[in-house]
Order: sequence, then C-alpha cells, then structure tokens
Amino acid sequence: MAKQLTVFVENRAGRLKAVSANLQACGIDIRAFMVQDKGDYGLLKLIVDKPEEAHLALADLGCACALKDILAISVPDQPGNFHRLTSALAEHNINVMDAYGFVLQPHNTGVCCMEVDQPQLMKAEEIVKAAGFQILRDEELYDM
Amino acid sequence: MEVPFWNKEIETLDRSSLEKIQLERLREAIGWSLKTPFYSKKLAQAGIGSPDDIKGLEDLRRVPFTVKDDLRRSFPKGHLSVEMTDVVRVHSSSGTTGIPTVIYYSREDLERWTDLLARCIVATGAAPRDIFQNMMTYGLFTGGLGLHYGAERVGMTVIPISGGNTKRQIQVMKDFQTTVLHITPSYLLHIHSQLQADGIDRASLSLDRALIGAEPHSENTRRKIEELLQIQAFNSYGLSELNGPGVAFECVCRQDMHVWEDAYIVEIIDPETGENVEDGQEGEVVLTNLIRQAAPILRYRTRDLAFLHTEPCACGRTHRRLSRIRGRTDDMLIIGGVNVFPSQIEEKIMKIPEVATNYQIHVDKKGALDRLIIKVEIYPKLFLGEASKLDALRQHIKEEVRSSIVINPVVELHEPGSLPVFEGKAKRVVDTRPQE
Repeated sequence: MAKQLTVFVENRAGRLKAVSANLQACGIDIRAFMVQDKGDYGLLKLIVDKPEEAHLALADLGCACALKDILAISVPDQPGNFHRLTSALAEHNINVMDAYGFVLQPHNTGVCCMEVDQPQLMKAEEIVKAAGFQILRDEELYDM
Repeated sequence: MEVPFWNKEIETLDRSSLEKIQLERLREAIGWSLKTPFYSKKLAQAGIGSPDDIKGLEDLRRVPFTVKDDLRRSFPKGHLSVEMTDVVRVHSSSGTTGIPTVIYYSREDLERWTDLLARCIVATGAAPRDIFQNMMTYGLFTGGLGLHYGAERVGMTVIPISGGNTKRQIQVMKDFQTTVLHITPSYLLHIHSQLQADGIDRASLSLDRALIGAEPHSENTRRKIEELLQIQAFNSYGLSELNGPGVAFECVCRQDMHVWEDAYIVEIIDPETGENVEDGQEGEVVLTNLIRQAAPILRYRTRDLAFLHTEPCACGRTHRRLSRIRGRTDDMLIIGGVNVFPSQIEEKIMKIPEVATNYQIHVDKKGALDRLIIKVEIYPKLFLGEASKLDALRQHIKEEVRSSIVINPVVELHEPGSLPVFEGKAKRVVDTRPQE
C-alpha cells in the first residue's frame, strides 16, 4: 500500500521552506503534494520516492510528521471514472477523510489518493479493486 | 451635592469611636478564630490564647499573616469555627492547584455582609426607586449573589440576569428601563459596542449608574465609560476571602473607595518586609474581617497593591479611602473579571500527553473584551498525521482549561520547538492588553 508523509506546519511565512529545505538536503524527490488548511496550521501531505528516509530526516529534526497508509488508485483519464470510484465507496458507506488527485507523467495516468479511516482501509481497498480500479503500490507510484 | 447614607451614624463616626468598635470586634473575631483548627494553632504560636490577649488595636500586629496557601492547605474545614449546621452559604474560588479556597457564612454573617452591601449601593446615590440589573456571574463567585441581596435590602427592583448574552441584556435594559448596572468595566464597554452595532439610541435606555468591579481598571477607562455611555461609574473592591464585594466602595464623590472600617481592618504593608508602611504609601493591602464568624480571617495578604488616602472625603464619611488597585505582588491575571493563575492553566495542559512541554499564555483584547490564547506545541511522537485527531486535541485542551478557570480559551497548535524557550523561570505569560 502507498505511503503518504504528513507534516504538521504552522500557517506562517517560511514554514514550508523549512520542510522543503530538509527534503532537498536528503535528495528526496516529491511526486505529489497538497496542503490541508486548518487555520493556524496546515498539514502538508507528500508522496515521495523514499518515504521512510524522508520521514526519518524530518523526525530527526524534531518535526511532527507521520507516515500513513493511503489508497493510491489509478483512475484512467476519462469522463465518469471518478464518479464510478466514489459511487463504489459510497455504496459501502466508506467515508473519505481527505483526497487529492494528480497526473503521473509520462503515461498520463490519473492517480487519486484517498485517506480513509484506518480500520476501513483494507475493506476500502477490496471495494476499489472490485470496482475495476488498480491500486498502486509504493514502487509503482514512485517509479512511474 | 446631596450625600445619601444607609447608616449615617456608623459611616460618619469619629475616629476614636470607630477604633473602639474595631477593637471590640477584633476581640470577638479572635474568639471565633480560636475555635478553628487553623487559627488556634497559629495564634498559640504567636502567644495569643484568648481574646483578652488583645489589649489594643496595635496588638493585631502580633497576629501572623494569612495567605491564600493557608486557606488551601486547610481545605475544606480548617477555617470553620461553627458547626456545619450553622452554615447557610458557601462560596468558593477556583484554586491554583486544583484545590479551591472555600468560605462559609452563617446566617448572621450573611446578614452583616448584606447590610454592608446595602451601604455600598446607597453611597452611590442608588435608591429603592432604581431598577438594578445584576450582570455579574451568579454561583460560587461572590460578585453576583452578594450585590443581589444588598440591592434587595435597599429595596431596589432586582433583575438577576447574571453575565453573558449581550443582546438579551440590552433587551432587558429596554424592557424594564434599567437604571443601575452591576458589571465588569470591560463588559460594559462591550455593551457599548453592541449598542452602536445595533444602532440603539442611548436615549431609549434609562441608565444612570454602573457599579463596576471584579477587574482592575484605570481612571481613564472609567472616564471613557462615563463619556460613552453617559452614565456614572462607581468603582468597587472586594475578594471572596473577605466575604466578596463590599470591602470598599466609592461614594457619590467618586474619589476612590471607602473601606468600611467597622467591618474590616485595613493595613498596607511592604510586601518584602511585611512591615506596615506609613500612611499614604503604596504597598500590599492586608485585611482582617471583623464580621464573619463561620470562617474568620485575620490579616489576609491580598497580593493587591494600593494606598490609603490620608485626607478626608468631601462626603463626610470618616472611613478611609483605598486607591484603585495598582498592581499585584504575584502572577495572578484577571481575565474578563475572573482571577486566573498561570499555574492553573499549566496544570491542565501538562496532563495532556499530545502536548509537548513548552507552552505560552497570551492575553489580549478583542474589541473591549479580554481574550485568552493558549499556545501549545504538539508532541511529535504522538502525531498521527490526522486532522481529526488535532481537532479533538484542540477541543480537549479548551474543555480542560474551561473546566478549571471558567474561561473559554482560544487554543493554537504550534510546531515542536517553535515557541520561545526560556532559561530559568519561564516567562510564559504575554499580556498585551493596553495599560493606561
């Protein structure tokens, strides 16, 4: 299952830079990121090529960060596909806590990352597969 | 200027007669105190075993000081001089370490306190014809109930609305044509902002007087209140250890507060040496309660800094006047009229595992109202990367703090290591409220 690195960042100038500087120093490649805004702070969510290494590098510096299993779903870039995915999850009463999408080059593959409640994660994976989608593993996600 | 009195004889008594009453009542208070576990020991150590050991008022100086910690250590009944069946009321203030300080009143104690409060109210010129809206919090806090009974004693029409719900407060002011408010100065300023925001004409209200207390304020704040609201504002002083409000109150002259010296002996001491300072000098206010049997208290160190006026007041009262409170000798904060020690907040937030060891307490003003902001660092090892857990943490901190100090704080979550670190005694309190 894919790993997402979540970093707690205060909502003020320069904080993202502090994180990116450390990732750069460790030669970490960022595949995708998004920020969940929570007012006085935000959660920076990263998909990187070496999640364990990135996690250790930031944790060593005292950052509040965590590695988390998420669903990285390959969603072919055609109308209606996202709806098929959300319908399958809704049918089984799976709540998506947070989600973001990006396109992986050079294959032009749409990727949808979803955070669901940890206890529901395995079930959600089965549902998504049964609906005909491919779940991307770490190496597929990073090496594409 | 007409000077109204509740008990003119007592209020204008010459000094020597006043001191005679003080001495008689002090002996009585020593007698009550000797019945409490706490004072019987403390007074014995000072060589006082009977009221007869007090020959003159100067003998009071032989009595050791009482501090807030003493009250906490003797919680719950170390200060009680009567049977619980003779206690008809309890008041309490929140404790700095989770242990509250508690005060007991017998029926006679309440009677004497209520009479003093009636005296305070009448001294401001308020009268039975007035409509009294009591906007101080009711409950264990002495401010609400104390003035409530005093106002009833005077014969005013009392509206026991308590604090909060500004729109309703204003509606009630209109509905009943309220003439006298009992309120904290900051809340009164907030009421003014609300009146303006709602476009309510001052002329539609009948306000004459505001009795303001529970938080220190400057003369400038009083003038601002009087100007903005076209109202006379009267300063008051009291603390639950000494019954509550009514220790000292301003008369119609509004030139600082008369301490009711037939009920309290006031001393001003040097907080460092404990020696009494010369008349007119600023120092720590020390008070002895002469009128409370159930929970007597002698030479209580209030931690409030003030001075006594030496010249008489134009109103003719002989009871000396206490200045505004000019500061504190400890780190107590007054936030929205509530006394808060930083240690109360620390105790609550340090119990929460997801909070790291560094934190800061900020106090500022949002409009006219005080705002408490607690900044905590999150503890990296317990960070799971979930926004919902952080929301829950923020809520948990809010609830813990509110349960302890009855104030709703704003809680800010910060990155580990981002708050300033202090060597030695941490300076964790940042108070940016304007000091006039």
